[in-house]
Amino acid sequence: MELVVFVLAAAMILVGAIGVIVRRNPVHAALSLVLTLFGVAVLFVAQEAHFLAAVQVIVYAGAIVVLFLFVIMLLGVDRTEDITIEPFRIQRPLAAIVGLGVIGLVVASVSASRDVIGRGSGLEIPAVTGDGDSNIRQIARNLFSDHVFAFEFTSVLLTVAVVGAVMLTRKVKNGKGVS
Amino acid sequence: MSALLAAATPTTTWYLILAAVLFGIGAVGVLVRRNPLVMFMCVELMLNAVNLSFVALAKRLGDIGGQTTVFFVMVVAAAEVVVGLGIIVSIMRRRPGATADDITALKG
Repeated sequence: MELVVFVLAAAMILVGAIGVIVRRNPVHAALSLVLTLFGVAVLFVAQEAHFLAAVQVIVYAGAIVVLFLFVIMLLGVDRTEDITIEPFRIQRPLAAIVGLGVIGLVVASVSASRDVIGRGSGLEIPAVTGDGDSNIRQIARNLFSDHVFAFEFTSVLLTVAVVGAVMLTRKVKNGKGVS
Repeated sequence: MSALLAAATPTTTWYLILAAVLFGIGAVGVLVRRNPLVMFMCVELMLNAVNLSFVALAKRLGDIGGQTTVFFVMVVAAAEVVVGLGIIVSIMRRRPGATADDITALKG
C-alpha cells in the first residue's frame, strides 16, 4: 500500500516537473507545477507531516500558482515560447551535465550514508498517539518555544515583501521615481 | 507477489533520491529556460525538493524541527514569489516579451 502511494506520487511529481521545463506555453507549465505540488503534498502525508501537507496545498497550489497565473494573464505572455532556439550553442549539453552531476552526487552521498543516518522516534504520529491533532500540537509547541523569534521575524519579512511589491509595480505619474 | 510488495516499503533513502531528482530537474530548468516566469517556477521546484527531504529526514530522525523548518521555507518562498513577480511585472511593462537574455544589464 505504502509502495503504491509512493510510486503514484513520485510519478505525479516527475511528470509535473518534466512538464514545467518542457512545455512551451507558460500556462501549461504552471498547471504542471500544480501536479508536482500535489504529489509533494501526498508524500508529506505519507511521511506523517499532515499540517504541512495542508499548508502545501493551500499556500503553494492555492496562492503561489494562482499568483503565477495572474501575472501570466496580466502580462499577456501566454504565447507559446520558441524553445528550439538556443542562445549559446553548448548551453543545453552543459545544463544536462550540471543536472546529472547534481543528481549523481546527491544520490551517491545518500546511498553511501544510508545506514549512518540515525533513527529516532520523537515524532508524534496521530495514528499511534490516537490524537488526530498531535502533529499540529507538536509543531506549535516547537514553533512557539524554540523558534518564536524567527516566527515573529517572518511578520517583518512579509511586511517588507508587501511594501516592496507595491513599490515595484506602482505606476509613476510624472516620470520620476522607481521603475 | 504480495510478499514482494510488503518487503519493498519505501524507506527514507527513496524519498531522498526522489528529492535529488526533483532538484536536478529544477536546476536544469533554471539553466535552460529563458522565460523569467518559467525560471521562477523551476526555483519553486527546487525549493519543494528540499522541503521533501526535510520532511523525510524529520520522520527518520524523529525530530519535529525538520517540519518547522519546512514551514519557514514556505513563508519565505511566498514572500520571494511576491517580490520576484513584482520585479518581473515592472520589467515586462517596459519591455514586453523580454527574456532573461534581454535583461542582463540590470538597468531599465
